[in-house]
Amino acid sequence: MEQTENVIEVRNLEINFHTYAGEVKAIRDVSFDLRKGETLAIVGESGSGKSVTTRSLMGLLAPNAEIKRGSIMFHGEDIIKKSEKDMQHIRGKDIAMIFQDPMTSLDPTMRIGMQIAEPLMKHKGLKKKEAIAQALEMLKLVGITNPEGRINDYPYQFSGGMRQRIVIAIALVCYPEVLIADEPTTALDVTIQAQILDLMKDLQNRIDTSIIFITHDLGVVAGMADRVAVMYAGKIVEYGTVDEIFFNPQHPYTWGLLNSMPTLDTESGSLSAIPGTPPDLLEPPVGDAFAARSDYAMKIDTEQEPPFFKVSDTHYAATWLLHPDAPKVTPPDEIVRRQTKFAAMQKPEAPIQNPSTKE
Amino acid sequence: MPDERKKILEVHHLKQYFNVGRKDEVRAVDDVSFDIYEGETFGLVGESGSGKTTTGRSIIHLYEPTDGQIIFNGKDVSKLHTKKEMHEFRREIQMIFQDPYASLNPRMKVKDIVAEGIDIHGLAKDDADRTKQVEDLLDTVGLNKDHSSRYPHEFSGGQRQRIGIARALAVEPKFIIADEPISALDVSIQAQVVNLMKELQVKQNLTYLFIAHDLSMVKYISDRIGVMHYGKILEIGPADEVYNSPLHAYTESLISAVPVPDPEFERNRKQMPYDDSSEMDGKKRRMVEIAPGHFVRASEDEVAMYTQRAVDAGLVTSFSE
Repeated sequence: MEQTENVIEVRNLEINFHTYAGEVKAIRDVSFDLRKGETLAIVGESGSGKSVTTRSLMGLLAPNAEIKRGSIMFHGEDIIKKSEKDMQHIRGKDIAMIFQDPMTSLDPTMRIGMQIAEPLMKHKGLKKKEAIAQALEMLKLVGITNPEGRINDYPYQFSGGMRQRIVIAIALVCYPEVLIADEPTTALDVTIQAQILDLMKDLQNRIDTSIIFITHDLGVVAGMADRVAVMYAGKIVEYGTVDEIFFNPQHPYTWGLLNSMPTLDTESGSLSAIPGTPPDLLEPPVGDAFAARSDYAMKIDTEQEPPFFKVSDTHYAATWLLHPDAPKVTPPDEIVRRQTKFAAMQKPEAPIQNPSTKE
Repeated sequence: MPDERKKILEVHHLKQYFNVGRKDEVRAVDDVSFDIYEGETFGLVGESGSGKTTTGRSIIHLYEPTDGQIIFNGKDVSKLHTKKEMHEFRREIQMIFQDPYASLNPRMKVKDIVAEGIDIHGLAKDDADRTKQVEDLLDTVGLNKDHSSRYPHEFSGGQRQRIGIARALAVEPKFIIADEPISALDVSIQAQVVNLMKELQVKQNLTYLFIAHDLSMVKYISDRIGVMHYGKILEIGPADEVYNSPLHAYTESLISAVPVPDPEFERNRKQMPYDDSSEMDGKKRRMVEIAPGHFVRASEDEVAMYTQRAVDAGLVTSFSE
């Protein structure tokens, strides 16, 4: 059995935010692994906890956040226990991050060459001249035309897509082991988005970085991810390989997400929206948090939290529908269509054990 | 094939230039013409900077058009001189904005936001009538009447967009310009808002100009689509046709870049690059009807090429010229 090396192991993470209204339970018992060289997509709506999860990996939580429980293991050490000073050595060097808005994540008063060179000088102790030379290489790598002529330009002199390339150059200049991309293309046009995504894939192949990709765009996930984790109300509700999540989804929330997106061949009729809004995490609901919005909710969903049920060696979902005693339900048409396709394309795959399973 | 339906909006050679005569003159909208039929949804797509938002804003007179003609319901509205004319025009045509956070006044209660149009146009007999109208509107967009005395910050993005829609509906307009109304919302909420808009369209016989960059959503909601690039419309046609058999190379490139929630499709995806030099060669171009109701901006020597493409795609059976 092939065991891929885990770069990051998150176990039983719980994070609360102290607010005037009370304690918001933003992350509620989240566990996952990030494997070497893979792209793990975390999908979910705003407030589902996807950004908070990844910010905790960077040690970038807001001051009112409190990590109640859990561990984040990186190279055998727990990131949670590290001091801010230690984190400064990891951040940007071993774990780098790309944010959504390229304009606010660049320093408007600093030339872009210097911004790319800065991590090299800071983390690798390079002299300015060497660092700038490497920054130039990086600019070429991310596809900025005429890099020699533009290295001394300021961010405002670039378009949105070019700025995001610069942000990627900064993130990758130290060849980080882990790259966290938080909605990196949401602010961009589709044509530019396609270029940036291709660029990220290309760079990943060259320097073997593991990527955590956060987005709510399932189209982007389908093209980028090796594995997908679906988050809802501070929990992972389903995870599996990209094919398993898109073609054999099990959790009603995953069904709802896939169903509410028009594909290019969705006939005009009515899109199946998920009714209602996500729950308030000041008082998280008992049981399955999605029950209130789900057509498939059973009595037990409002009483007891579902554990992860195993679908395959790589695919787990936390829904009572998978319990042997649960009644058989028929998913929405679109999901049935996907599952039929899955059955047809079923191919033998090397099973990978995942330790984060609880039964 | 002449279209029998009534044209509610006709835009002829609309031009919207900024900084005219200066070095930094911008031709945001440059010679754009299209018609919108009553009761349909016309989708306007394009990348940022293509001029799609400016087109919408020029139509509703947030800008004074540089040149061209806008005919709404048979009346020329491109030059509205008096306040009264503007007043009447804005009752018939309303707008829903992209950012549900920025487009609602944070210091006004929901009932006052929704009733602003009612107040301006004097549509309520008395206070009780005003309250009733507001409550009905909130009900129409799926909000609760208890919500009327709250402030915008108490609502989620999707709910705020519903408030924006209620405000637009308050004056009983015929035509709504929706500028990226769902871009700022979560996927599951996007579908809710789009479905609401479709439902209202049927119930109140509304016509929409739907401006967006999310091509899959535009295709889903629109009857016809116009594709904009560099301030010009390059292709107009029935939504399915534009998507399945785009004639212009730019449209083809744009559609090929849309991510599809299907991993198998994504693995085999080929993105078509677009070479904009053909747009820049200075040749005279106009909208040519290549297939019935399907127009492409073409120069005289390109018509044959586009017609051949239409024949290959099965949009027309043979050369009609």
